[in-house]
Amino acid sequence: MDGLKRELLHGLVSVGLSGEEKMAIENGNGVSGVSNNEFLTFILGKEEYGIDILKVQEIRGYDAVTSIANMPEFIKGVINLRGIIVPIVDLRIKFKLSQVTYDPFTVVIILNLGARVVGVVVDSVSDVLTLSTDQIRAAPEMSAALDTRYIMGLGTVDERMLILVDIEKLMGSREMALVDEVA
Amino acid sequence: MSIDIAQFYQVFFEEAAEHLATMESLLLGLDVNDPSLDDLNAIFRSAHSIKGGSGTFGFNDMTEVTHILENLLDRLRKQELQLTDEMVNVFLEAGDVIRMQLDAHRGEASVDQAEVVAVCEKLAHLTAASGNAALQKTAAAPTISPLPSPVLEESADYGFFDDEPAKPETDDYGFFGDEPAQQADEGYGFFADAPVAASPSAAKVQDGAGFGFFDDEPTVESYVAAVQELIVPDKDPGFGLFVDEPTQLPTTPQQAQQESQQGYGFFQKIALKQEAPSQTADKPAAEMVHNRRSTDRQPAAVAETSIRVNVEKVDHLINLVGELVITQAMLAQAAQGMDAPISEKLQEGLHQLERNTRDLQEVIMSVRMLPISFVFSRFPRVVRDLASKLGKQVELKTLGEGTELDKGLIEKIADPLTHLVRNSLDHGIESPEKRLAAGKPEKGTITLKASHQGGNIVIEVSDDGGGLNRKKILSKARERGLPVRDDMSDQEVWMLIFEAGFSTADVVSDVSGRGVGMDVVKRNIAAMGGRVEIESAEGMGTRISIRLPLTLAILDGLSVAVGEQTYIIPLGYIIESLLMAENDLRTVSGEGRLVHVRGEYLPLVVLHDLFSLPHENVRESSIVVIVEADGKKVALLVDELNGQHQVVIKSLESNFRKLPGISGATIMGDGKVALILDVAAIALTPTQQNRLA
Repeated sequence: MDGLKRELLHGLVSVGLSGEEKMAIENGNGVSGVSNNEFLTFILGKEEYGIDILKVQEIRGYDAVTSIANMPEFIKGVINLRGIIVPIVDLRIKFKLSQVTYDPFTVVIILNLGARVVGVVVDSVSDVLTLSTDQIRAAPEMSAALDTRYIMGLGTVDERMLILVDIEKLMGSREMALVDEVA
Repeated sequence: MSIDIAQFYQVFFEEAAEHLATMESLLLGLDVNDPSLDDLNAIFRSAHSIKGGSGTFGFNDMTEVTHILENLLDRLRKQELQLTDEMVNVFLEAGDVIRMQLDAHRGEASVDQAEVVAVCEKLAHLTAASGNAALQKTAAAPTISPLPSPVLEESADYGFFDDEPAKPETDDYGFFGDEPAQQADEGYGFFADAPVAASPSAAKVQDGAGFGFFDDEPTVESYVAAVQELIVPDKDPGFGLFVDEPTQLPTTPQQAQQESQQGYGFFQKIALKQEAPSQTADKPAAEMVHNRRSTDRQPAAVAETSIRVNVEKVDHLINLVGELVITQAMLAQAAQGMDAPISEKLQEGLHQLERNTRDLQEVIMSVRMLPISFVFSRFPRVVRDLASKLGKQVELKTLGEGTELDKGLIEKIADPLTHLVRNSLDHGIESPEKRLAAGKPEKGTITLKASHQGGNIVIEVSDDGGGLNRKKILSKARERGLPVRDDMSDQEVWMLIFEAGFSTADVVSDVSGRGVGMDVVKRNIAAMGGRVEIESAEGMGTRISIRLPLTLAILDGLSVAVGEQTYIIPLGYIIESLLMAENDLRTVSGEGRLVHVRGEYLPLVVLHDLFSLPHENVRESSIVVIVEADGKKVALLVDELNGQHQVVIKSLESNFRKLPGISGATIMGDGKVALILDVAAIALTPTQQNRLA
């Protein structure tokens, strides 16, 4: 866990998070049903999402993506991440949320999901937040582009609502088309 | 002290395999009429090491076979018997049996007991033929029966003292040769300081400790019980003594000595002589394994010069260095734009960096490289066996055994090469009579040659046999309905033998002639990114050359631009690239497009369509790359040819999934990912080009 954190810190430092945020990562300890109650939050359109910070490997810019034919629109292609080939998914397209533009400020969160490394494109990364259990509410049933199955809960911080996503489950799902379908 | 002995299995497996290989190569090198004593000793030592190790780990079936093998070898090296061809053959068979048992213990194969028994019987028969009935008995049934005295003398200097024949007999019996008065104690050899060493029960306890098997100070009873458990089903000669005849121990010290040596077999001679015996008893199994390892290396004092490293670690290193090279290239590019005075120092440093990274890359790539002798070393045996089976006289020459290639390739090339060698032997080399009639020496020659040529490694299998028969191949091809013409070039005709089911052998033998295999050879080599070429002259011989990339991780490819994307086409599949002339483009029912190339109509695969890239209408002056896979040719339409590269193959599946029409990915000089085309898949489904996904 320590090693992972260090790596993570390194990644965050490279995109220039504040010292306070780094502290938050260092002091993290898990409570509630989640492996850790620290979340990296990011913005998609006008919504704010949170994912388990331990799943985040690093954050980098959107660059040099090699597109792949006959893939769903949200799979942008693959990149070279220090010698390994990593697929890139644009969550903005997947969740049909915002205007999709690619510029030097487009952010890719590199996720380390068990044995796989996947990159997701988001509008921007905002915070690392620690949520106590009473700040997390179960998500009600609703119909959205994001199936409730992948929502761990809704977090409340001041007036903001965080949509806490089980990113590992989501990325491994069939609809993401990221893994070989098992016959 | 509790040791999980299983953790050392892998070491034992690897070492036993090495010993078997050593044994085999030495056996094959033996001159039957005048065997070198050194070689015989070395063979004996290999067998003995396997026996010691297998005894330690409780692989008693292996111990049994090696024991019998060892008996015969021992008599040979003491020159009590004359080596015969038959013996060498049986030794080789015994080696095979042990290998089979080894594989079985690894869980990779099952043991054919009939074969084991047959070899044991053969060995026993050979030993018996020498006129020593007593030895025959031990050999035929390596059980726990008391050994008659002539055998005792026989086996007395069984152990590790091969190189000290000049010393008096007593020396051979134990480590304390200078204290002949302690003869009775010597049965327990290394535990001389145990106060009650003369008592058999104490000896057992000590042995148990030394063995590393029975962790905590076993009582005599428990040890005996354990030993019984071990031996009753397995009839292990190594321990048998202690069970059946405990009371006889003091009266047969030599035997005890011998047996304990056989059982433990791994104590280094010198170490034992010098170290306090009590230390030996405390050594954990790990060290014993290590010691055993040293016993067969001469001189024993030389430190280990190699280490075993997991291949994954090496691959990880290769990955990292690849990254380093790209980063270095990026830095160099960035520094180019700087002002000269400021950047001078930087440039200097960057040049240094470039040199260093290149050196580093070369060294790391070389870690995965193994000399091809790993593969070649198996052929003397193959040729020997097969030649005697076919009644032919064949000499095998190997050249360039030191040529290194990737470990992965070494493993994959073995089967195709074996096939080619067998083929040369069966079809290429003629019978001695035919050869004499043709004015050639009776003995045929098969040459295996490996060499580097540019970025490739070339392995040649050549014979001085009859050569390929053009007419025969052509008529066979017609019979099989293959499209052939009389004006085909020799090269094209020879390639026909790689067609599935093709054989020109008149008689199907169990060696070859079924026509299964050559097509597999070609396919396997193509899968490695290699090519096969044949040269042949009637009456002079045939030479088959295999051209392989240096490593599996690297592929020779042509990079082509399609729209804004770059794709890599493996060079092995490419026949030619050409500019389509006017009228070369034809259509069928207005849709399927064909390219007319030198009399052939090849389906045109528009890569833009295949990969859903925007493109203009197919122009008549477009560039097409003609590729062939599994005998099917297609023309790939591309926008531009960028050049030939050696690219490092990266897996797409490790983080993503398999993609249709793509066999992998690579990272180009600019750090971008380029996809490698799966030409075989594209060539086989040109008609469904838009439905690949």
